[in-house]
Amino acid sequence: MEFAELIKTPRVDGVVLHRPFMPTVEGTLCLTGHHLILSSRQDTTEELWLLHANIDSTEKRFVGSLGTIIVKCKDLRVIQLDIPGMEECLNIASSIEALSTLDSVSLMYPFFYRPLFEVIEDGWQSFVPEESFKDLESMTDEWRLSEVNKDFSLCPSYPSLLTVPKDIDDESLCKAASFRHGGRFPVLSYYHKKNAMVMMRAAQPLTGTNGRRCKEDEKLINATLCAGKRGYIIDTRTIAVAQQAKARGGGFEQEANYPQWRRIHKAIERSNVLQDSLIKLVEACNDQSHSMDRWLSKLEASNWQSNVKEILTTACLAAQCIDREGASVLVHGTEGTDSTLQVTSLAQIILDPACRTIRGFEALIEREWLQAGHPFQQRCAQSAYSNGKPRSEAPVFLLFLDCVWQILRQFPCSFQFNENLLIMLFEHAYASQFGTFLGNCVAERGKLQLSQKTVSLWSWVNRPQELERFLNPLYEPNNLVIWPSVAPQSLLLWEGVFLRWNRSTKCLDEAYQEMVHIIEYNKELQNKVNSLRRQLAQLETEDSPLQTP
Amino acid sequence: MEHIRTPKVENVRMIDRLTRRKSSVGTLYLSSTHTIFVENSEARKETWVLHSLIYNVERLPTNSSGSPLIIRCKNFHVYRLLIPQEKDCLDVLASLTRLSRPERYGELFCFSFNPNLDKELREKAWGFINLKAEFSRMGIPCNLWHVTAANHEYRLCDTYPSELFVPKSASPAVIVGSAKFRSRGRLPVLSYFHRDTSASICRSSQPLTGFSARSSDDEQMLQAIMKSNPVSEFMYVVDTRPKLNAMANRAAGKGYENEDHYTNIKLQFIGIENIHVMRNSQQKLIDVGELAAPSMSDFLWGLENSGWLKHIKAVLDAGVFIAKAVAEDGVSVLVHCSDGWDRTAQACSVASVLLDPYYRTIKGLMVLIEKDWVSFGHKFSHRYAHLDGDPKEVSPVMDQFLECVWQLMQQFPCAFEFNERFLIQLHTHIYSCQNGNFIGNCQKERRDLRLQERTHSLWPHLWENRAEYTNPLYRTDHSQTQGVLKPLTTAYCFKFWKGMYGRAEKSVASHQSPADCLNAVREESQQLEEELSSHQERLVQLKERKISGERKKTNKLSERVQRPIPTESELSSPLDYFTAPRSEKNTPSFTLPLQLAAPHKNGDPDDLSTCSDFESGVADLSSYSSSGGDDTKDPDSDEVVKANA
Repeated sequence: MEFAELIKTPRVDGVVLHRPFMPTVEGTLCLTGHHLILSSRQDTTEELWLLHANIDSTEKRFVGSLGTIIVKCKDLRVIQLDIPGMEECLNIASSIEALSTLDSVSLMYPFFYRPLFEVIEDGWQSFVPEESFKDLESMTDEWRLSEVNKDFSLCPSYPSLLTVPKDIDDESLCKAASFRHGGRFPVLSYYHKKNAMVMMRAAQPLTGTNGRRCKEDEKLINATLCAGKRGYIIDTRTIAVAQQAKARGGGFEQEANYPQWRRIHKAIERSNVLQDSLIKLVEACNDQSHSMDRWLSKLEASNWQSNVKEILTTACLAAQCIDREGASVLVHGTEGTDSTLQVTSLAQIILDPACRTIRGFEALIEREWLQAGHPFQQRCAQSAYSNGKPRSEAPVFLLFLDCVWQILRQFPCSFQFNENLLIMLFEHAYASQFGTFLGNCVAERGKLQLSQKTVSLWSWVNRPQELERFLNPLYEPNNLVIWPSVAPQSLLLWEGVFLRWNRSTKCLDEAYQEMVHIIEYNKELQNKVNSLRRQLAQLETEDSPLQTP
Repeated sequence: MEHIRTPKVENVRMIDRLTRRKSSVGTLYLSSTHTIFVENSEARKETWVLHSLIYNVERLPTNSSGSPLIIRCKNFHVYRLLIPQEKDCLDVLASLTRLSRPERYGELFCFSFNPNLDKELREKAWGFINLKAEFSRMGIPCNLWHVTAANHEYRLCDTYPSELFVPKSASPAVIVGSAKFRSRGRLPVLSYFHRDTSASICRSSQPLTGFSARSSDDEQMLQAIMKSNPVSEFMYVVDTRPKLNAMANRAAGKGYENEDHYTNIKLQFIGIENIHVMRNSQQKLIDVGELAAPSMSDFLWGLENSGWLKHIKAVLDAGVFIAKAVAEDGVSVLVHCSDGWDRTAQACSVASVLLDPYYRTIKGLMVLIEKDWVSFGHKFSHRYAHLDGDPKEVSPVMDQFLECVWQLMQQFPCAFEFNERFLIQLHTHIYSCQNGNFIGNCQKERRDLRLQERTHSLWPHLWENRAEYTNPLYRTDHSQTQGVLKPLTTAYCFKFWKGMYGRAEKSVASHQSPADCLNAVREESQQLEEELSSHQERLVQLKERKISGERKKTNKLSERVQRPIPTESELSSPLDYFTAPRSEKNTPSFTLPLQLAAPHKNGDPDDLSTCSDFESGVADLSSYSSSGGDDTKDPDSDEVVKANA
């Protein structure tokens, strides 16, 4: 196989693994096409299995003939391998380097991975657009499913089926598409059952410097307004950025052409800025020698928390327009594949209790991120330790997960899932044995034949054995809109991700176990009481005839 | 009463900073101990503000709608009032300014506070915490340590307790000589004895070394302390001050131990700043909390600039150093600062919490505060401004200790029997002067004031309500509960204490608190356990009766224990996300836990029921929207009922 030529030294004995807050392990290091494995060959210690795809960068140094490789992972973990023998060390380092930066998607592990579990429910079929449209149909008949993008020619980053207003024909959609960046014309993102208001998303309109307009685009979004009602356009860029976009052919909706809409500009940063923010944050978190002043100043300078706040605030704004103002909303930024999706998906978590269940959350990610064309492969190619020149990497999805965590923390009883699910999604978005996050859009995934050649993440997550780990014991379903606080002191650093490898979590894990224990004991008691009640009731009815005179 | 210029003002507006629409109109009453705001609404909601908790009262310039008055409390609550007439406002201002600054002890609230306890109960209450019993719990007296009568009638040191524990080997002459060589006579005495290692924590004030003075008595005293730990070959002297401060003290005839003069001591400076630095730091932190609409950068920069967390880290680091010396190295430690009643109390008590699981229980923390703070002469009345006095004496020393405990609770969620509410309640009481426990500056002063006869003790009252202060995750047999806590003190482990300093924002986040949820679950489990056993009994009865053909109705069948269902108001409502996110801090009108006549029952300053409904700032947003939040609220609530039905 082709990987063999990249592996000059497949096996080294006497390698020592150092990990912070964990005991060191000495054992044999093995390289395979997709994994770095360290095994002590003792039953007591666990083996380290690291996907090459998870490796963000490596550093090597030598002291005499003892080589050391520092491996920095996309999940933010940093491990150190002491390898005896200079040549072995150099070989291992260069193999890791080559294997972790394979260019071809089809060489990625998901194409080689064969599940050791039986696939009960094929995750590739779990969330199909037709199904979610059925749900919509049960609530309203104002919308239709259009096949206008069947061959992905109208909009390469959209799926083939799109939900659009019933009264707008495909021809108008084509015209509207030509007026929007990347052909991303306004489509339905969310229908708020309570008051029949909707959230739509799109890319920026191509007004350019001379204020181009498109009647079909205007008609399309006006079709979502009730008579006499106004709507809100939430532009995730500042007005200045939106103005600048005009020079490059982009722009924003002019009041004169969209009189029924009020435009609001917010300031969510663009992706390259976000990547820089992540790098700075992780750097700050990894230095344990910082004084308090230095830590706080580095945390502030990373701007990560500011980004969380801005994204969450914009999502709350969208939710507020829909739920409290009773207005429909159109969200867009520039391409409509990053900040737009952060806002529309978070707004749904706030508004729609279904999105706070595990299945609903999976459906949300499928709908608003995967189908909606968030370029996962580009964005998650590198993580916080990339020292190469950044291309289009950006922690857009991680920021979304961080915002979800913030809401989850503020409403710990309103989510069916716990933090583990969010952390797991973060890991798999960056490196995975499953095919779900490969590719940048539906069209690409189709070409890669992911659904035939790889296993879906959902096939694995939705197995009852796995689900258990992700269930929130405090969950009490409620049908409410939940309004998170976006005040700075209410937004915390997501320690579960950013300090995960920099402290021991033993005590926190124990607390979690204790919580589970308290709740399970309660359930057990309830079952016992209920069964006794039934027995009693039965005994008493059996008794009654005896009593009748 | 002579200080009340106007007992009642009508049509006063209590302003809600989050949303002006939610402000309420009512009548303001001034009593000798409280200011009470009674809403005109049907609920006639009352807000009580205890005068001794008022930190300051500020009047803003009169505007067209009236005269604004801001009342800031020592427990960081802020009340904003709008008084229609400027004259009334001036009267209220003058009255409150005087009433919140009593000049004599006799004016303090504790002397008028009457929870209707008879004399016998009151006396018994004062015996609730017994320090002698605490030392015997540690195993003291023993063959190495005993109680000395040297400070009988406070003749050796008037700020120390009358009973002191010292090494048996220290002769009376050494004790007296050592006291003479220590600032204010605060000689080295035992604070905590660690049975497992026989190492001890002793405390004192700084020695009067100047540039060259020495005292063989003091040297012998330290030697005696070291020798009381038979296996150890040296002892630490922890000077909790920054070294520079300690050196500067030499010019005033004070200073620190010269390692050449004392045999086998190792001197260690920790670098906790003095009370003035801490006072300014906390003020900056409070200012951060009062920022109108801070951005994330404003907040983080303000937090850094305040230096507060840096100081908290210094105190915790001191505790960690001492605890490690005592438990791991088995080395005794003498702790001092300048006077030995602020930083020393902090360092000793933090170390004790780390070392001894008992101090992590509700009763244990009371004992610890009584021992390390109250009995050893922490100057409560000066530090917490009980009386109108020198503002330079005021400093949040105890606040910092309580926060260190809170920071530990974040790292060890199962290790503490009490919850955050308990710490906040203690904080309030340290300032409130409702009970006699924290009045005065030392034991002698409290005796002279005859506090035990004239006031009530706080401890039994807190103990009775301990269910409210219990951490549901605490279990006596848990591994975290036992043994020594070894916290990580890396900078990123310290958090902003939102429950204390961010009370305005709590409207949202604390509505679903996992701890409260778990407590409810545990309570339900308890009921279920009872129901279970009663059903089991009934079942046995029924089976027996079935044979005899009797029949009796079970009436418990329809009963259903249910946890409260969240309503929308509990899940909060939107803030104004429209403008620059308006995260304005207001302080919702909590009913103060300190009620006038009746003994306060619900001592929860975080009582949510009084501040439940924070309405959105939606109205600010747009003129063409007729619907506010109110009409959409009910459908939501209905849905919940349906869903849970």
